[in-house]
Amino acid sequence: MTQAATPILAPVPEARPLWPRLAIGSLAALVLLPLAVIFASFADPQGAVWAHFGEFVLPRLVVNTLWLLIGVGFGTAVLGISLAWLTAVCEFPGRRWLSWGLLLPLAVPGYVLGFVMIGLLDFTGPLQTAWRAQFGAAPQIPIRSRGGVIAVMALTLYPYVYLVARNAFQTQGRRALEAAQTLGLGRVGGFFRVALPMARPWIAGGLALVLMETLADFGTVAVFNYDTFTTAIYRAWFGLYNLSAASQLASLLVVLVFIALALEQRSRRGQRFTAGGRADRGQRIALGPVARWLAALWCGLVFAVAVAVPLAQLLAWAWQSRGDLDVRYLGFLYRSLILAASGAGLVVLLGLTLAYALRARPGRGASFIGRLSTLGYALPGTVLAVGFYLPMSAIDNGWIALGTYLDQQWTPLLGGTLVAMLLAYAVRFLAVGFHPVEAALHRITPSMDEAARNLGSGGRDLLARVHLPLLRGGIATASVLVFVDIMKEMPITLMTRPFGWDTLAIRVFEMTSEGEWQRAALPAVTLVIAGLIPVLLLMRGGDTEQIHAT
Amino acid sequence: MRSLARLRHLTRPLAALLCSALLAGGLEAREPEELVVYSARNEQLIKPLFDAYEKASGVRIRFLTDKEGPLLARLKAEGVNTPADLLLTVDAGNLWQAAESGLLQPVDSPLLRARIPAHLRDPDNLWVGLSVRARTVVYNPDRVDPAELSSYAALADPQWRGRLCLRTSNKVYNQSLVAMLIAERGEQAAESIVRGWVANLATPPFADDTAALKAVAAGQCDLTLVNTYYLGRLLKEDPALPLKVFWPNQREEGSGVHVNISGGGVTRHAKHPEAARKLLEWLASDEAQAAFAGENLEYPANPEVTVAPLVASWGEFRQSPLNVAFAGAHQGAAVKLMDRAGYR
Repeated sequence: MTQAATPILAPVPEARPLWPRLAIGSLAALVLLPLAVIFASFADPQGAVWAHFGEFVLPRLVVNTLWLLIGVGFGTAVLGISLAWLTAVCEFPGRRWLSWGLLLPLAVPGYVLGFVMIGLLDFTGPLQTAWRAQFGAAPQIPIRSRGGVIAVMALTLYPYVYLVARNAFQTQGRRALEAAQTLGLGRVGGFFRVALPMARPWIAGGLALVLMETLADFGTVAVFNYDTFTTAIYRAWFGLYNLSAASQLASLLVVLVFIALALEQRSRRGQRFTAGGRADRGQRIALGPVARWLAALWCGLVFAVAVAVPLAQLLAWAWQSRGDLDVRYLGFLYRSLILAASGAGLVVLLGLTLAYALRARPGRGASFIGRLSTLGYALPGTVLAVGFYLPMSAIDNGWIALGTYLDQQWTPLLGGTLVAMLLAYAVRFLAVGFHPVEAALHRITPSMDEAARNLGSGGRDLLARVHLPLLRGGIATASVLVFVDIMKEMPITLMTRPFGWDTLAIRVFEMTSEGEWQRAALPAVTLVIAGLIPVLLLMRGGDTEQIHAT
Repeated sequence: MRSLARLRHLTRPLAALLCSALLAGGLEAREPEELVVYSARNEQLIKPLFDAYEKASGVRIRFLTDKEGPLLARLKAEGVNTPADLLLTVDAGNLWQAAESGLLQPVDSPLLRARIPAHLRDPDNLWVGLSVRARTVVYNPDRVDPAELSSYAALADPQWRGRLCLRTSNKVYNQSLVAMLIAERGEQAAESIVRGWVANLATPPFADDTAALKAVAAGQCDLTLVNTYYLGRLLKEDPALPLKVFWPNQREEGSGVHVNISGGGVTRHAKHPEAARKLLEWLASDEAQAAFAGENLEYPANPEVTVAPLVASWGEFRQSPLNVAFAGAHQGAAVKLMDRAGYR
């Protein structure tokens, strides 16, 4: 970590360009409209509901939610960082395939892993049943518990940290580590005092995504019947038929997340995170004879629990319901892929725009609003879907009314179009497209821009020849994350899809909504396998890069 | 010149005639009647019926599935411009809620009145039940003597301590069951019953009915409260499971088994209200009822229609005569009551 550059290298202050503020303004308009709809619910006070929730519901749920955040945050950090370090920097048996295999939990929805784990480990599962048959009584495995839900969520969400941390470790170069060694720091000291602090913006970005997803999750906690803040939101909406109270509860979530993000940002102020020169690839750390097998065991274990076991169970169930497989699956698959690919393209583009706009230091107000526009990720999906649908319908209704006024029969502008769907995805996933790109952008210092300009490169050329190569990792990471997130996404897809635009995620919804979990395995397993495509592409891209570098 | 002017006189009506003929012809040829359905009943349960109706009537049906909450929010947001003609849900509470929010219009249909019993319909004809979902006691015959069983309320008795399994109170089926207890006995009595249930739990509430049934079969607990079709699905896979149905509240005057409905109503701003009514009537017909309920091993709403053989094997029972609208009216109170009683 280097402290702020010396004043001599600081960029000459120039007139503030207008475009960053324009870009932030239009992005914010898109994202803040749904958020505003949700916050507007306070115009309809729900004192009685709040009094009831405050007395009987929230105390327990807030404690539950905090434990979940702490547990999942800690779990994903430990898993993500340790696995990233081992696969990015060390050498051990199986490293090559584990380095991409460990990404696969990305494609496994949390509620699926939760359902599989409960099915296997609970009282009625094969493990305890066999044990009882053998010995009469079996030790209880408390899978439907706080520990169980934390473990499952950590196992499905750690790739957010793993992917960004791996990217950071790979690109931070070995020189810093070598320098640390010459200063007498051992391997462990080098990791904790040099590599880890240098990777902080990456890890913080990944953790921010994990925590937002944890807060917004409903599917996984519902499988465990572990009540969190989100449960209260849905209980108010579906149980008390009170969308206003639900929106008010949801807006609390948004405020909470915003404060957390602001604090994290503040704590990083005044620090610069720059690569120590070119991301040179030295020798991987050769682990000792025992350590290398321990490393393999650790990575293999995580892979087995988070990927192999659920995938095997899903395949077994999918085989039982193979009669459901018909030609329509081609359509589901096609639509899932098209939506995920175009959505990922759009969201990453917007994320890049936002990151660049913020980098141009557009002023405090604009920065504040810019950061605000990544908060869609912290909201429970269904609440956000409604928040998006209300203003969208208002626009459509206005449009149709205008048509009627002009004696024309106009059809809705947005409702039932793919444009609306993609915009809704952008509102939800902007954070996912933004954080990895922003972290990568930290690497490009103003002095690098200066140097490039002195060499006669500027404008588009500077972006293409200097920035793009350095941002590649971040862009690829963001694209994969958004792609897989959209593939798994349900509420927005359900609410905004045109007639007949059913996807794999919607098939999963159709089956699970009436408790037919086994039959949901077929679309779920197709979804997981389709989700592998971008993951594999990403890893292959990373490998070729490595070959060129060596 | 004069002839030309006369020609012009002629062309106008001629063109108008031609145009209207073309237009009418085009309309007739291109647009068969089309219905749009918003459904919370999932695709595999309704599509076979829609296919059959399309074939029988020539009406084209387009539909979208989603959860009830978002569907209602969507209908409300779309307002007069909604494309939806018909709303289908899988519980009465949400139909009641849709009616309360003014999203449905009354359907005056002698056919529906004749086919569907009064307690499964809205008193103001805003919605109608199409299948019945009975929530009843399922017990393990190795561990429970059915003579010990009587009512939902009796499950609060200390004799069941550590022997009861329940699904989460987040599920609407349990919320409407408690709403029935409130309607029948008042809030205080209902709350002490729910507290008794909670005290009797063998293990924390399950996320779904199937898990609760499996726990009873495996001996983790002795009995549970579930919708019968979940049992039907399990028994279809493994008929040997030690699970038996008991129909509660049969000896209580004016009460009976708690039933919820899957049903529908015509939306207020439907573009094809007549066609939507016809579809509802068809769904209430003998042929469709057998399929509608049979698809998911539910009970037909039309009592004249015979049930699937497996379902028939559980015996006959008396439904609670309360109008299912109570589920909506008391649901909020039920949710709060369960919160107070610590039923998670």
